[in-house]
Amino acid sequence: MSTLAVIDYGMGNLHSVAKAVEHVGRELSLELDVAVTADAQTIAQADRVIFPGVGAIRDCMAEINRLNVGEMVAEAMQSRPVLAICVGMQALMAYSEENGGVDCLGLIPGQVRYFGEELRDAAGARLKVPHMGWNEVRQTRAHPLWEGVPDNSRFYFVHSYYAQTDRNGLVAGTSRYGKEMAAAIADRNIFATQFHPEKSQKAGLRLLGNFLLWSGEA
Amino acid sequence: MGLARRIIPCLDCDNGRVVKGVRFVDIRDAGDPVEVSKRYCDEGADEVTFLDITASHEGRATTVETVGEIASQVFIPLTVGGGIRTLDDIRMMLNAGADKVAINTAAVFDPTFVRAAAERFGSQCIVVAVDAKQAAGEPEPKWEIFTHGGRKPTGIDAVEWCQRMVDYGAGEILLTSMDRDGTREGFDNRLNRAVSSSVRAPVIASGGVGVLEHLAAGVLQGGVDAVLAASIFHFRQFTIRQAKEHMAGRGIEVRL
Repeated sequence: MSTLAVIDYGMGNLHSVAKAVEHVGRELSLELDVAVTADAQTIAQADRVIFPGVGAIRDCMAEINRLNVGEMVAEAMQSRPVLAICVGMQALMAYSEENGGVDCLGLIPGQVRYFGEELRDAAGARLKVPHMGWNEVRQTRAHPLWEGVPDNSRFYFVHSYYAQTDRNGLVAGTSRYGKEMAAAIADRNIFATQFHPEKSQKAGLRLLGNFLLWSGEA
Repeated sequence: MGLARRIIPCLDCDNGRVVKGVRFVDIRDAGDPVEVSKRYCDEGADEVTFLDITASHEGRATTVETVGEIASQVFIPLTVGGGIRTLDDIRMMLNAGADKVAINTAAVFDPTFVRAAAERFGSQCIVVAVDAKQAAGEPEPKWEIFTHGGRKPTGIDAVEWCQRMVDYGAGEILLTSMDRDGTREGFDNRLNRAVSSSVRAPVIASGGVGVLEHLAAGVLQGGVDAVLAASIFHFRQFTIRQAKEHMAGRGIEVRL
């Protein structure tokens, strides 16, 4: 039996993530116990951790700080495979421009920036914000979580802010929406996605399956 | 290549069954929402929208259960609308597995509810649904919004309303033309264009799709980011795949 903790800090579609990994676990015939939890001990003992997120970063960080989720994530990041999703990924960065500026966990070097009011595509047409829908992800380097996921597969995104890391070597996938942005960042035992694998049908479920089988080594 | 335009099948549900009305009346049964959602997902739907038209309290419990079942089996975004009035309603639907909620009447009753909802849950999960009916003709058409499932006029201008809702934090506008809904005559693309060009958030066109070209016209003429349809898919006139192939053939970027 392997255990997976989905960190519950009171925001967003935690149950969507849990349902998707349970589904994938069944498909792979894994003995998997998924807990949606804010309990430090359960998280500390889990074999792998998902740090999900939707919502406004200020409220997320307030909850993270209130529940000491940051410590749990920091602890998990020492060793076990961690998957951070969307605002979960943004929360790992040092700082976000959202809500007038919010300090984040600072576990990955970089910032979270707004797309801007005047975002335009290559042809000059105005782009909508949030960036919402299915966009292509170019895999910029090999990673166990990309195994069996065709390059340039479409994943589901929904966000108005995007993460920028100072260390280019960490970017594992990019997408284009007015500008090139990090769609996935990988750092040792952490894999973080701006898109929602749990909502990205086949490609997303494949990535989640890869996560369930991942040792945490890149 | 970049972001794809979305095709969203819509399930109008009453007491746990998919139904479809014509001009907001005349209900026909179109199946089990979980089965229907799974079929659409397999055919390549980009999202599923579930509109709960159940009025009764017992029906609401059924809805929460159904949303949970859909979310356990369908791994694409799910929007739930109908009777969303409080932050607790939103919390309940998100906990059941919805990714977004659509707010309609409650937004008109108290526009600051949209602001509070976006602040609490994030703009990305707050869709404002707007039922609009043309109120003035040439040379400058105007549209008025209606509440309570299209029964109550409000005197509010649709374009101004959508701008205000996006300013308040709506992450998306679900725009239904009451004049076209159920008619199979195609979207009101003047309405779509008027709204889509005046808000920064994505707009989903709804109401009136009868043939596949109507979906393409929503993007090409209406300038919308996503197109929603119900009956052409429910009664298996067309598959989602056929709809996407048609749109791709018209030069529209879609997820195939």
